[in-house]
Amino acid sequence: MSEAQPEPASASDDSEARSDIPLLEMRSVNTHYGAVHALIDVDLSIFKGELVCLLGGNASGKSTTLKTLLGMLKPTSGEVVLDGEVVNDKPTSYRVARGVTMVPENRRLFKRLTVRENLDLGAYLRTDSDQIAADMERVFELFPRVKERLNQKAGTLSGGEQQMVAIGRALMSNPRVLLMDEPSMGLAPALVQQNFELIEQIHQAGMTVFMVEQNANMALSIADRGWVLQTGRVVLDDTAENLLAHPDLQASYLGTADQ
Amino acid sequence: MNTTLPPTTGPQPEAPRAAPRPAFTHDWRRIARMGSVAAFGQVFIALSNMPVRLDERLIVKPVLSLGYLVLLILPFAAGYRQGHQIKRENMPVCAPGPNEVVGGFLCGLITGGGLSLLAVLVTHFDLREPLVNWSPVLLDLLSFSNEMWFAVVIWLAIGAGMGAAGGVLRLLGPKSHRVVVTMALAVAGAAVLESLVVDVAEGLGLEPLTDRLYAPRGGVAWPSALGLAAVSGLLAVLGRGRFRQARVRHAQMEGAQRTRANLGLIIATAAVLIVLPLFAGKLTNELLANVGLFVLLALGLNVVVGLAGILDLGYVAFFAVGSYTAAVLTAATSPKIAPEMPWLVALIVVVIITGLVGLFIGAPVIRMRGDYLAIVTLGFGEIIRLLFLSDWLSGWFGGSQGITKIPGAGIFGITEVSGTDPRRVFYLVLAFCVVAIYISWRLERSRLGRAWMAVREDETVAEAMGINTVNVKLLAFVVGAVLGSFSGAIFAAKVGSVFPASFLILVSIVILVVVIFGGMGNIIGVIAGSAVLIGVLGGPKQPGLLAEFSEFKLLIYGALLIWMMLARPEGLIPSVRRTRELRQQEMAQDAWLRGQVDDDDAGGADGPRPAVQP
Repeated sequence: MSEAQPEPASASDDSEARSDIPLLEMRSVNTHYGAVHALIDVDLSIFKGELVCLLGGNASGKSTTLKTLLGMLKPTSGEVVLDGEVVNDKPTSYRVARGVTMVPENRRLFKRLTVRENLDLGAYLRTDSDQIAADMERVFELFPRVKERLNQKAGTLSGGEQQMVAIGRALMSNPRVLLMDEPSMGLAPALVQQNFELIEQIHQAGMTVFMVEQNANMALSIADRGWVLQTGRVVLDDTAENLLAHPDLQASYLGTADQ
Repeated sequence: MNTTLPPTTGPQPEAPRAAPRPAFTHDWRRIARMGSVAAFGQVFIALSNMPVRLDERLIVKPVLSLGYLVLLILPFAAGYRQGHQIKRENMPVCAPGPNEVVGGFLCGLITGGGLSLLAVLVTHFDLREPLVNWSPVLLDLLSFSNEMWFAVVIWLAIGAGMGAAGGVLRLLGPKSHRVVVTMALAVAGAAVLESLVVDVAEGLGLEPLTDRLYAPRGGVAWPSALGLAAVSGLLAVLGRGRFRQARVRHAQMEGAQRTRANLGLIIATAAVLIVLPLFAGKLTNELLANVGLFVLLALGLNVVVGLAGILDLGYVAFFAVGSYTAAVLTAATSPKIAPEMPWLVALIVVVIITGLVGLFIGAPVIRMRGDYLAIVTLGFGEIIRLLFLSDWLSGWFGGSQGITKIPGAGIFGITEVSGTDPRRVFYLVLAFCVVAIYISWRLERSRLGRAWMAVREDETVAEAMGINTVNVKLLAFVVGAVLGSFSGAIFAAKVGSVFPASFLILVSIVILVVVIFGGMGNIIGVIAGSAVLIGVLGGPKQPGLLAEFSEFKLLIYGALLIWMMLARPEGLIPSVRRTRELRQQEMAQDAWLRGQVDDDDAGGADGPRPAVQP
C-alpha cells in the first residue's frame, strides 16, 4: 500500500506497462471447497495496468478463484503470488494491506451505515489519514454523486449509486489491483452499460482490474485479455479479440448472452 | 395507545380537511377485527387472573384499581384506534364526527362481548382443569357479585361506553386532546410512582403533601386525584405545548447548538442523579441501584448484540463469573481459597478473569453465525451456572449453598459500600455506569466500533475489507464480558451472597429484552429501557415500582415486545441513526410513488434525481 498510485500515463499503453513480474498470479492452483474440487490446476497472471476478465458460467469456479486470490479460501496445492511473494498462508488482511481489494458481487454495501462510513471502512487498514482524505476526494472527483449522498444510509441509494459507492469503497483501500465479482449482476441493462463504463474509466486512470463475469460479450468489449473457466479448469486463455472470435465461446456463451 | 407518543419529525403541513364521514358508514371488517382482538385480550387477561391480583393496587381510591384499569383500557384503546385515519398524500383527512363515536361504540361493544361470553361459558361449563381461574370466583368478579345476566349486560355496557369514550377523544381538537392526555398521565404517573414520591417527600420533609395526595393504604385519594387532574390540566393549558415544541426544536438542532443543548441535558440529569439520592430513602435508592446494575449489564450486552450483531443469549454467564470471582476473592467464608482482598483490588482480578472467560467462551462460539450462535451461547450461559452449582466445584464455590457473608466494597478505605446502605450502592453503581457509558460512547465512534458495525452488516464483505472478523468479534465478546463483570462484582458486594439461583437464564433474557426494548445500539435507549422495565416492572428478582406486576412480568414483557415490534421497531428511544434511516426510506418511497422513479434503474443516465436527502 506504500506504493504510489499508478500514473495515468503508464496505463495508456498496455504493452509498455506490462512488466515481467505479474502483480498477482496463480500457479497451478487447486482449491477444494469442502470436498468439491472447485479449481483444478488454474494458472492466471495479472500484470500491472491490465484490464483482464475471467469468464465462466454458474458453478464454474469464478467466485472460488476470487476467494482464493483474496485469501478467504486456502489452495490445497499450487501458489498464489502477490508481487513476487507467495501469499498462500497470509490472511486476507495481509493481502488487502498490500493492495488486493474486491468489489463484491451485488455491491453488498453495509446498508445500515452511511456512505461515509462505508468509504471509511474501505480504508480500514490504513493509518495515513492525510492520504485517506486525499483518496476520498479522488473518489468524489470520480463520482460526484457519492459526495452528495455522503451522510445517507448506503441502503437507501439507487442501484447505480450503490455501485459507485462499492467501487469507491474498494478504491479507498488504495489498491494496486481491483478484483470485481460479476459487476453486471442484478442490474438493469442500461446500468450494466454504465457500470462497465465506470470500470473502463478507472482502468484508464491506471488501475489494474481483474473482473469475473458471466456476461462475456460485455466483459470482452472492454478487457485486454481473458480466460474461460469451465468446471474449475481454464479452457481458454487468449486476448479479448481472439476470444470474441473463438467458435467455442461463440457457441457456449455469446449465443445465449443477453446482448 | 399512540396518543402519548410525540412525533419524531417536525410539525407536518395540515392535510386538507373534508367533511365528517356519515355516522353509519363504516369499514365493518376493521371494526370487527379490532373489537375481537381487544375482546380476546380482555378474556386472556381475565383468565390469567390479572384483575384479581392487581385489584390490590389502587390507582384512584376507591374508584379505580390497576386490575380494572387493565380491563377498561382495552375497549377504550380499541375505540380510539379504530377512528384512526391514515394520512395519504393528496387525499383529504375527514374531520372527526359522529362516525368516530359510533365506530368506537361498536368496537367497544364487540370487546365487551368477550367477557360477556366468558361469563356465560363459565356458568355452563367447567374447564377448571386446564384453566385454573375458570371458577365461580371469576364469575363473581365479572358480574360484580350479581347474576350471570348482569355480567353479560354490564360488560357490554362498559365496553360500549369505553369504546365510545375512545371515539369521543378523537373529536377533541389538538389543544383539548393535549390537556386530557396530560391529566390522565399526571394521575396515572402519581399512582405508579407512589412509593417513590412518598419516599422522596419524606426526605424533603413534605409528608403533609403526600399524606393528602395518597390514601392511607395506597392509591391516590379521589379528591386529590381531581385536584391533581385540575392542576395538571391547567398547566397543560398554560404550557401551550411548549414541551413538545422544545422536543421538536431539539430534534432539529445541529452542530454546536445541539452539542450545547445535549451538554445542558447531561449536566441537569447528572445533578438530579447526584442530589436526589441524598433526600431519598432506602426504597428509592435500592430501586435506582437495581436500575443501574441492569444499565451496566445492558450496556455490555449492547456492545455484543447492538454493535457487533452477535446474538448472545448467555450473557448472564459473565455476570455470574464476575459475582463469583468477587465473592471468592473478598469473602472470608469462601470455601477453598479466601485471600480476602480489598474490593477494588479484587475488581482488577475480576476484570482479568472475566475477560479470559469471555475469550474462552467466545473462541468456539464466534465461528458460528446467526441461529446456531444464539443456541450455543444459550448453552454456555447454562453451563456456567451448572458449573457453579455442581458437586465437582462445590469445594470452590459452595454448590447450591453459594458463598455468603461477602463483605461490602471498600473504596480506598474511605467508605464501605454494602447492601445495608443502598445510597452508597447507588453512587458506586452510578460511577461505574458513567465509566461504562463513556467506554461505549467512545467505542461506538472508534475504528473498532466501525469494524463491529461492518461485521454486523455483512461479515464476508467486512473480511474482504481486511477486517480480521474473528479478532474483532472476540473483542466484542471480551468488552461485553468485562462490562458485565462490573455489574457482577457490585452485585456480590451489594447482596452479600451469591447463589447459582441468582444467575438463571431468565437474567440473560431480561437483559436482552431491556436492550431491544430501549433501542438496540443506542446508549440512551438502553438506559431508558432499564428504567422502564426494571424500575417500573421489576427485574428477575428485584421488585419494581409496580410490585403487583411481578407475577405477570414476563407476560407484560412479551406484550411490550410485540407492541414494540409493531409500533416502534426502532426501540423506545430510537438512535438518530435509525430514525434517519427510516425517514430516508419513507422519503425515497414517496419520491418513487410520485413517479420520479430512479432514472438509473429505469434506463436514463442523468435524469432528475428524487429528493432523498435527509
